[in-house]
Amino acid sequence: MQQASGHTLKAFDEDIERLRALISQMGGLAEHAISEAMRCLVQRDTEGAAQIVQDDKKLDALEIETERRAVQLIALRAPMAGDLRDVVAALKISGVVERIGDYAKNIAKRVPLIESAGRIEPLSLLPEMARLASGMVHDVLDAFVERDAQAALSVCERDEAVDDFYDSIFRALLTHMMENPHNIGQSAHLLFVAKNLERVGDHATNIAEMVYYAATGIHMADRPGKSPRL
Amino acid sequence: MDMKEKMPITPVTPVPTPSVAIAAEAREDGPSTVEPGQPEPSKLDAEVAAPAIAVSREANAGPQLDTGRDPKMSANDVSVFYGEKKALKDVSIRIYEDLVTAFIGPSGCGKSTFLRCLNRMNDTIPSARVQGRIELDGEDITSPAMDVVQLRARVGMVFQKPNPFPKSIYENVAYGPRIHGLSSSRSELDGIVEKSLKRAGLWEEVKDRLQESGTALSGGQQQRLCIARAIAVDPEVILMDEPCSALDPIATAKIEELIHELRGRYAIAIVTHNMQQAARVSQRTAFFHLGELVEYGKTSEIFTNPRQQRTQDYITGRYG
Repeated sequence: MQQASGHTLKAFDEDIERLRALISQMGGLAEHAISEAMRCLVQRDTEGAAQIVQDDKKLDALEIETERRAVQLIALRAPMAGDLRDVVAALKISGVVERIGDYAKNIAKRVPLIESAGRIEPLSLLPEMARLASGMVHDVLDAFVERDAQAALSVCERDEAVDDFYDSIFRALLTHMMENPHNIGQSAHLLFVAKNLERVGDHATNIAEMVYYAATGIHMADRPGKSPRL
Repeated sequence: MDMKEKMPITPVTPVPTPSVAIAAEAREDGPSTVEPGQPEPSKLDAEVAAPAIAVSREANAGPQLDTGRDPKMSANDVSVFYGEKKALKDVSIRIYEDLVTAFIGPSGCGKSTFLRCLNRMNDTIPSARVQGRIELDGEDITSPAMDVVQLRARVGMVFQKPNPFPKSIYENVAYGPRIHGLSSSRSELDGIVEKSLKRAGLWEEVKDRLQESGTALSGGQQQRLCIARAIAVDPEVILMDEPCSALDPIATAKIEELIHELRGRYAIAIVTHNMQQAARVSQRTAFFHLGELVEYGKTSEIFTNPRQQRTQDYITGRYG
């Protein structure tokens, strides 16, 4: 259901907008952290990677700020119905986005550990996978800001592609490790990188479910016309 | 104000009693709503929690929810006219014994008008005309054959402003049972007074000063006294028209707790402007707007996921 017009109490609208803006800001930071981490990984930029680890603190701070504002809004405004679902969603989403930031940080931390450049075929797949995953994060947070349930649904559908990437990278790295035991350390790190990206996609899907519920009041799994999942 | 004049004394008097919560004439079937068959609270909760039938997406979903059991009261296509103006438009709703039903909506939406239909209080307004069928245990209360005085003993009412009689606390509660002949002895009457005051959560506060004037109590106590007075004639339904709007938050909390305790013993319908209150005390909520019943459903659904745009706008503070 659409939020037809603004609240009679304008300050209420401002509070909710501020909450949305915080989530957007967190999403922007998380997205940037993922793409930066991938750039650093490919270019072996250890300084840049250290910066990503540093910058993650901003996300943590924003999460706390979101929680503080959400709790305050619930206490002072007693939101109902769609407003209440929005606030609860914001509260949950901020935690998930913070987690996504942690995955980016984890990737960044592996940059100095992956030594010799050496040509590894899966490494060329990882940036593409990262683009997909962070694109999901970007679009799902836009969907939240716009209260767009359809956009949230379409984000979910993209998770499969991320999973497919993970599967093929997994197989490629396994082969790589079997070919030469010297590659095992490096490949294991890259496997974790792929796993982290795969988790980012899952988290974006979770956010999509929260956005869908906030926007419609219906859990995505119960939505009308849903085809049974295989 | 001399309450005796306003209080119908004889059962033949169809003249209504606008400002009095209880009315004359004992019910023939005697006290029956209470004790033995009373379901346990947990059972009640289970019943309420049962998902059973999905809430209809249409407005006026009342008939679809809670089907399969008999309502205490039901209204079918009830309309009220004040002169030419149709103040209430074809409202259908059911009220159950074990559920508190809240009526919410902006001023002038018809919720109080509807509440007043349920014990024919609108009869007191000369220009008011009521159409449609309203049943109490399946019996049409709008029929001319219905004894209004008896009806109001079965369907009691508590008003916005506490209105105790200017008499002692004891007399306030004893008055109804006495004139209805519900007790045959002083000790029996004492028992009714004590039981009613206890159920209204007032006994401990007033037991040592029953002879003091009811009007000397605090606002919250007065309101509980009015509830005790309504309970004393052993009604089946209690209608409350903004019972807390003149009370402070503590007194309000006590009334709300009381509503919770009375649930199951009496069917309760409450009109409130305070949506948080509706959310706190009721299991079913009906949203009225411009004389229409826009949406009726489980309180938990209405306040988290209303089906109608108008309901959403009203409860989220976007109305008007």
